[in-house]
Amino acid sequence: MRPLVVGGEALLVEVGSAAEVAALHAELLRRRAAGELGAVREIVPAARTVLLDGVRDPAALGARIARWELRPPAEGDGPLVTVPVRYDGPDLAEVARLWGVAPGEVAGLVGAVVFRVAFCGFAPGFGYLTGLPERLRLPRRATPRTAVPAGSLALAGEYAGVYPRSSPGGWQLIGATDAVLWDPAREPAALFAPGVRVRFAEVAA
Amino acid sequence: MSGLLVVRAGALTTVQDLGRPGHAHLGVPRSGALDTAAYALANRLLGNPPGAGVLETTVDGVGLRALAAVTVAVTGAPCAVRVDGRPAAWGAPVRVPAGAELSVGRAESGLRSYLAVRGGVAAAPVLGSRSTDLLSGLGPPVVAVGTLLPVGPPGPAPVAPADLCPLPGPPADLLLPLRPGPRADWFTEASLAGLWRAVFRVSARSNRIGLRTEGGSPLARAREGELPSEGMVLGAVQVPPDGLPVVFLADHPVTGGYPVVGVVPPGPALDAAAQAGPGTAVRFARAR
Repeated sequence: MRPLVVGGEALLVEVGSAAEVAALHAELLRRRAAGELGAVREIVPAARTVLLDGVRDPAALGARIARWELRPPAEGDGPLVTVPVRYDGPDLAEVARLWGVAPGEVAGLVGAVVFRVAFCGFAPGFGYLTGLPERLRLPRRATPRTAVPAGSLALAGEYAGVYPRSSPGGWQLIGATDAVLWDPAREPAALFAPGVRVRFAEVAA
Repeated sequence: MSGLLVVRAGALTTVQDLGRPGHAHLGVPRSGALDTAAYALANRLLGNPPGAGVLETTVDGVGLRALAAVTVAVTGAPCAVRVDGRPAAWGAPVRVPAGAELSVGRAESGLRSYLAVRGGVAAAPVLGSRSTDLLSGLGPPVVAVGTLLPVGPPGPAPVAPADLCPLPGPPADLLLPLRPGPRADWFTEASLAGLWRAVFRVSARSNRIGLRTEGGSPLARAREGELPSEGMVLGAVQVPPDGLPVVFLADHPVTGGYPVVGVVPPGPALDAAAQAGPGTAVRFARAR
């Protein structure tokens, strides 16, 4: 773990992998709940880092965290959300070709994965989902779309994601869901929060 | 009926308060008033609590009709304040009778004026904040002609006496203290040394998300490759591939993929950045 001070009141802790981010994030939440962390306004996991913002002494906190022993979250940790998906995305045929399978097999391959929300960003409620096996990782589209419809299930690199609202995007669109990813009037507002596990279940198009 | 009816929307007028911290892990920016000192002063003049909703105008003010008598205060970018065409005070409480039209004029210097009303602009809060977040589309919509802005009940604190000293106007040049890190090592030592001498200009592409720069000598990368997306703080100075620094303001994204060369501490420097118009000279000074 490498702690990096960010300005006067934030700390970025860099680790080696998405799995270590998950472990560090879980440990931070555990220690915050136990009252051991001190003042912190935001805990923001990302691809290889966790940001702690609104802390009193970032350098001292960094030195403390660097001595922690991290345990990866257990397989069954975190709430499980099942998201119904119609596998009819405009990139489905291309994704099947890249994977060397028939288009009809994509739903089974994706549906077999229990994803984990590694971090959020890009838009409120947009989660970066990890768990895709190495052989199913895909490049971004050469030309991003100017408007990806809300509810699109998309893949790129090591991540899967669902667009909470219509926005530009360069990920490969394989399907769509009617699930509401983001509703600020709901508690919790985000269906996908860091640590949530996600399954995509096929429904008829 | 109480409230303020918008009769002239201005270039960009939004409802702002202290923003919605604590939700960055869900992809929600902090948002909130950009010039925090001007925002706080406007509320203080009226005896409003510190987090009350106000209007943040951009460049050319706003026009409102008071449906019931209200007391208002305008701070931030200095501008002409008029009630039914008659000059009224800037930086002090102003009584607006029922049915009168309040005009917040064009900024004489700076960009953003703050119009507070006694009782606060009581637009519906989202995740605990009334701030309009332009990046995420959260909070009240951007103010338009015909928008009716509800006004909350006045608190117990008194309206400030008229001799309360308003803040000075925005500076002509922008000097931003910068604390290096966390990714300063992504840039060559020569270009980091040059950063303290470089003079950039505020780009017209700046907005509530970030103050973009142009014209100065771009920073050169010491290493190739992409930085995995990581958490961003208010005041982070992100450097995209063109080498021109972008200072993140209140509506900044919660994560980003370009290296952050340093951080401008929140407070007077970022308040000044929020008031710096296109073409303003920008320099960075090493802070610790």
